[in-house]
Amino acid sequence: MPAPFERHRLTVTANEALGAYRVLKASDPGGPPTAGQFAMLAASERWGGGEDERPFLPRAFSYARWLAGRSEVPPTSDRRRSHRSPIGGEAHFLLEDVGPGTHRLCELQPGEGLWALGPLGVGFKAPSGGRAAVLVGGGVGIAPLAIWQDALDSATVLLGFRDAAHANGADLCHNAQVVTDDGSCGRRGLVTELLEEHLDEEPHSTVYACGPPPMLEAVRALCAVRGIPAQLALESGMACGFGACFGCVVPTRSGYARLCVDGPVLDAAELERVEHAGGHTYDSSSEPVLEGSP
Amino acid sequence: MSIDFCGIALAHPLVNGSGTFDAIAARRVFGQALDERFPFAAFVSKTITLRPRTGNPPPRLWEAQAGMINSIGLPNKGLERYMAEDLPELARLPAPLIVNVMGSSAQEIAQLLRACDARTEIAAIELNVSCPNVKTGLDIGADPQQLATVLGQVRPTSSKPLIVKLTPNCADVAACAVAAESAGADAVSLINTLRAYAPAPPHTPGAPPGPWLGGGTGGLSGPAIRPVALAQVAAVAARVAVPVVGMGGIQTARHARQFLDAGATLVAVGTESFRDPLAAGRIVREFSQASAC
Repeated sequence: MPAPFERHRLTVTANEALGAYRVLKASDPGGPPTAGQFAMLAASERWGGGEDERPFLPRAFSYARWLAGRSEVPPTSDRRRSHRSPIGGEAHFLLEDVGPGTHRLCELQPGEGLWALGPLGVGFKAPSGGRAAVLVGGGVGIAPLAIWQDALDSATVLLGFRDAAHANGADLCHNAQVVTDDGSCGRRGLVTELLEEHLDEEPHSTVYACGPPPMLEAVRALCAVRGIPAQLALESGMACGFGACFGCVVPTRSGYARLCVDGPVLDAAELERVEHAGGHTYDSSSEPVLEGSP
Repeated sequence: MSIDFCGIALAHPLVNGSGTFDAIAARRVFGQALDERFPFAAFVSKTITLRPRTGNPPPRLWEAQAGMINSIGLPNKGLERYMAEDLPELARLPAPLIVNVMGSSAQEIAQLLRACDARTEIAAIELNVSCPNVKTGLDIGADPQQLATVLGQVRPTSSKPLIVKLTPNCADVAACAVAAESAGADAVSLINTLRAYAPAPPHTPGAPPGPWLGGGTGGLSGPAIRPVALAQVAAVAARVAVPVVGMGGIQTARHARQFLDAGATLVAVGTESFRDPLAAGRIVREFSQASAC
């Protein structure tokens, strides 16, 4: 389904802490996204004026959840307490405060405005041939896996975080197995170790992954060796989100692909390897290009 | 609000800056709404070169104070595939088509102009002269004499209106505009992005500082450059008789009006379209409301 040809001003309905993250919820008059799709977000007020007078460009975020049926107009007496949109649904986005754009978005309070263009991009495709879905996430990259788990009948969810505070983000998904870098929650180790063990037992699987580039590269290499299909949700700084700027390209076997229109979900087989764009750390894979500070 | 621009009838004075809107990708993303609500009075395509270009290695973007730096590197499929694949798609747009081309020698440019001249779908040609001359290494548009020489050689190869997209990275942009006019340009457009540098974040301890952008340097655009753009547009408009297409950081109808007041005939929206694909539609609406008052 085509995206609306205009950004819309959504109303923030909630901004909730989830461990080291925030879950930003907003009334969304647009249609439901496909899992893996994203929106370009910007605060409708004070977008700019932060560190180095940034942010200026909108930021790309995967939909983490989309709740339909939030369409009823609240009774007049409830209006002060409810900021729900009179139409559409409610979009959820997972945020981590890692730079001027995410910092401003993390500040937004219920009732405030959020510019959103979306849903954009190509999302996940369902497993074929009776394969089981295995969802592998790292850090803030778990966002598109949550909405994908909502859409699937069943899935195994394996998540990695740097520490216990970030591991609270696992609550976005259901029945997730968790590892942390420091062992403060779940097993100490890498999520790809969990994946390896799981695929030993269930090789008839399709892997869906989102997270920092080193994790995605490890998932890609692991699945390539075993001949297991994998779909990777990649990330790049984007100026526009609709194919205009050519800023978000990643190298693929057939040349540069624009992540915004050809992705953000790419078939792992299309990639020689997942490149490590510089300047971001394990758990801040969100908007690495634009959110760092030079 | 309708305007005669080099003999082309335009519904209003707003167009897009070359390379800031991909109508074919936008049609994929937004569907029919792209054509139904097309915001530009004419569509300026991204730069086409004789041979295909892959563009610069990423990272290609950096966010600056009130703007952005891009180092995209003019990726395009080359003249042949553009004409065969893209032109029929772009000809379906509800607006005249201006094709932007770039070459590194008069011979290359002449070849591009001849190919455009042969196609009825193309209303006008915009020549990007922010390209190093293979012979001199200097940007073709950075020196008035060199610009006049190259234009003099290529002008006779096309009878279509020729817009010269001037580079702001030169000593005297008005002198370059005068040279373009004297060599047969039917219009000039400015400003292109300002050459800019973004240092890499210090993410690797001990690593030497270097450029963030894969292409080394890039071009600064957005509201940060608007005062520079207004100064250059005014300086050029004061010296040439041909129409001027003004651009640089336009975000509102008020900004568009400032460029028209500075002497521009048309104005182009660029970076603001990245923030909202229908920004130009909003500006046109604001503009017509203001004009009606």
